[in-house]
Amino acid sequence: MLHSHMLKERAGSILVVILSGELDHHEAAELRLRIDHELEKMDSPKLLLDLRDLAFMDSAGLGVFLGRYKKVLAKKGEMAIAGPPKPVMRLLEMSGFHRIMTIYTSRAEALTVMKGVKA
Amino acid sequence: MRNVDNEMTIMFLAKSENESFARVAVAAFAAQTNPTLDELTEIKTIVSEAVTNAIIHGYPEEDGYVFLHCKIMSNRLEIVVEDHGVGMRDTEEARQPLFTTRPDLDRTGMGLTIIESYVQALTIESKLGEGTRLRMVKSIAKEQSAAVYEV
Repeated sequence: MLHSHMLKERAGSILVVILSGELDHHEAAELRLRIDHELEKMDSPKLLLDLRDLAFMDSAGLGVFLGRYKKVLAKKGEMAIAGPPKPVMRLLEMSGFHRIMTIYTSRAEALTVMKGVKA
Repeated sequence: MRNVDNEMTIMFLAKSENESFARVAVAAFAAQTNPTLDELTEIKTIVSEAVTNAIIHGYPEEDGYVFLHCKIMSNRLEIVVEDHGVGMRDTEEARQPLFTTRPDLDRTGMGLTIIESYVQALTIESKLGEGTRLRMVKSIAKEQSAAVYEV
């Protein structure tokens, strides 16, 4: 099971998606819809994915992230990842995510930086 | 059977709900080889990738069964994931990193690349109209077990 919780920071300019549980192909479709639904309402969206409590992820998760990254870029926004557990970090590195977006150790650290950058 | 310490087979409908069932079942079976937590995560990941491929690519239109066969031979775990679906023409093409036939589903083409980096051997057999069979062999290190970390 995947649980996702979304919150907005800085007057709605940053969408924070907090994931826990297991992210596989079965869970990916609904997550994609939920995030896209929020992104559509935002101009130059800043998207932060908090993966600290994600117990399992496979390449379906990478697909969700990459798809959202493309959408966010198309709207001249930015995307970051926070707190990936070691096995998730390994997949992110294997597929080069660390080269296209910032991966922070915690949500707090990510938000400090993302709030500081001019909108 | 010669050199086989234990063996199991399960079959299930090619439904995405069964992806988590498959990886948990294999992880529970593999626990008797005393894997580390990292090895257990790798086992779950390769099962998830292979079973997802069977469900998405093996049976794009109609329902069918996925067969999962596991053997323990000393410190080696052999996992075979098989479908009797549409099959593919070129297994070498499928093994290329970032190759996918389903970008519409946000597939990254990383599945087989991940499997290859987590196992010691991967063979893919496929025939158009007959199905696909993935055989993965993973060695389990002897020294430490997940039980050590769980205490």
